[in-house]
Amino acid sequence: MTIRLMQGNEACVEGALRAGMKFYAGYPITPSTEIAEISAIELPKVGGKFIQMEDEISSMGAVIGASLTGLKSMTATSGPGFSLKQENLGYGIISEVPCVVVNVQRGGPSTGLPTSPAQGDIMQAKWGTHGDHATIALYPNSVREIYDMTIRAFNLSEKYRTPVILLLDEIIGHMRERIEIPEDDEIEIIDRKKPTCSPDEYKAYEVKEGDIVPEMADFGTGYRYHVTGLVHDETGFPAGATKAEALIRRLIDKIEDNKDDICTYEEYMLDDADIAIVAFGCTSRSAKSAIKSLRGEGYKVGMFRPITIWPSPEKQLEKLSKRVKRIIVVEMNDGQYFLEVDRIAGKNTLVEKYGRLNGEIIPPHEIISVVKEAYNG
Amino acid sequence: MASTLVKEYFREDKLPHIWCPGCGNGIVTRAIVKAIDSLGLDKDNVCIVSGIGCSSRAPGYLDFNTLHTTHGRALAFATGVKMAKPELEVIVITGDGDSSAIGGNHLIHACRRNIDITTIVFNNNIYGMTGGQYSPTTPTGDKGTTAPYGNLDANFDLCELTKGAGASYIARGTAYAAKQLEKFIAEGIKNKGFSFIEAITACPTYYGRKNKKGSAVDMLQTVKESAVMDKAWDRLSEEQRQGKFKIGSFHVEAKPEYTEEYKKLIASFNKGEE
Repeated sequence: MTIRLMQGNEACVEGALRAGMKFYAGYPITPSTEIAEISAIELPKVGGKFIQMEDEISSMGAVIGASLTGLKSMTATSGPGFSLKQENLGYGIISEVPCVVVNVQRGGPSTGLPTSPAQGDIMQAKWGTHGDHATIALYPNSVREIYDMTIRAFNLSEKYRTPVILLLDEIIGHMRERIEIPEDDEIEIIDRKKPTCSPDEYKAYEVKEGDIVPEMADFGTGYRYHVTGLVHDETGFPAGATKAEALIRRLIDKIEDNKDDICTYEEYMLDDADIAIVAFGCTSRSAKSAIKSLRGEGYKVGMFRPITIWPSPEKQLEKLSKRVKRIIVVEMNDGQYFLEVDRIAGKNTLVEKYGRLNGEIIPPHEIISVVKEAYNG
Repeated sequence: MASTLVKEYFREDKLPHIWCPGCGNGIVTRAIVKAIDSLGLDKDNVCIVSGIGCSSRAPGYLDFNTLHTTHGRALAFATGVKMAKPELEVIVITGDGDSSAIGGNHLIHACRRNIDITTIVFNNNIYGMTGGQYSPTTPTGDKGTTAPYGNLDANFDLCELTKGAGASYIARGTAYAAKQLEKFIAEGIKNKGFSFIEAITACPTYYGRKNKKGSAVDMLQTVKESAVMDKAWDRLSEEQRQGKFKIGSFHVEAKPEYTEEYKKLIASFNKGEE
């Protein structure tokens, strides 16, 4: 067993390399820069490629281009950079090109509060790019979980042929923790399914029976096909309005219909809870500490932590809403995930929000006060 | 002859193309295909990348690995493709607005890196797809739907721009002199580094109509009469140059190519193991 002291951003690169990352394109921005720096050091050592592009937009484009040749590809950014990624993120979604986009969040809008922590990109991760689409976004809460979730982000992107967003907190990204590096038999690596048919028979965007997504040929392997951001049919060529509904529906359904596979979450002391806190990332660690103290004083409180925040673990949240008297969504923003939790749980129980916008972590004692107020008030 | 070319290199079932009658894009596209044919490139090893606009629709008609990307970003995607798989011959098809307005930053940085990509700009001096707005190459004073009183902007000389930015092969040809354009494109593809070929073409539908340039044939005739080979250009006075532009292969420079340099970096880590 290998044990290391590792920073969150470092764990992200280590996880990516373990998943098979062979290409990274990025642009410097705090608090994500270490991910680019470490990728620049490590990738050429394993025959991979690193390039610092001229901006965030081109980084996202280069990542998609590299992935089309078969390389597992990643980019990382923060706040304003994530806004710039959105254009080509949408391209990756419609053209179904696997890649991983890391956003180490910072306070916004705009240049905002560089580079204090915030959890303000929850809705941008879901709806940042224009048009209807489904999103996969993962939200780890420890250095070890960053390692694991980076591997998972690659796996999900390969399996579902879509960009996967990894939302990190500045606090976890820059924190150092002891981590146990998993053995080979403890991790799963998924690679995209490649065509077995001849190039003549290949339809680049046809989903074969029993498959979730089309088989994906690497550019330069004899399968000469067309990739476009336009609405296209199963051949990949522009098809116009008559094919739009079927395409967009398929792109949404391939994710929404597979929530049981995609969604992971943690339940903490919920069995007998009257009050459930919903929290993710660094905030969930404050919540856990608060719950431990509150339990010591006899308060029946627990936590539901979505690790996959998009698609949201709807079934689990709905079940939870039927057995608790109140849900408090604690997040470092003005109530973004609250909107989603309230949509799912609001018809069955009282859903409240507790947030902040000052670039500081929500400490356990504040959560303790909020819960006590809810209990006694 | 033409039909063999179409059979071999075009996706016949995707034709006819969307371009207007009289558009020069077909001539430029043919020159690209002829250049590829003359070099005997393997279709499986050619990747054609484009952005958004009239010219950027060309890859859809061509039987290669084709990538139709977002507006202005063709070179960004192409850089990823080339870095990831340097053995691919990467060609970018783009327009004047696509390459030098929204994609201007990507253009200068691809030049600076001298990455082995051949870029062909279909310069028709206007945004055609959106209906005739002025572009960075619309001559000052000319009209567009967003320059109803004449364009106040100074226009780019894209060959000077790319020279300043570090491209290692630069040429300008025209849709009139298609044979010569084909030669420039072939030279560009052969060059190990960033090659930039500006193809002057005509948009009779928008630029022509807005600026009373006559028919498609008249416009090609004007292109022919205005284009002056670089050696002859050097002998012209400032006055004689008015209303004309120079063509030719202006700049060839041997310098380190980006993916080759990266290959050396990777090799430096393998030394100990050999």
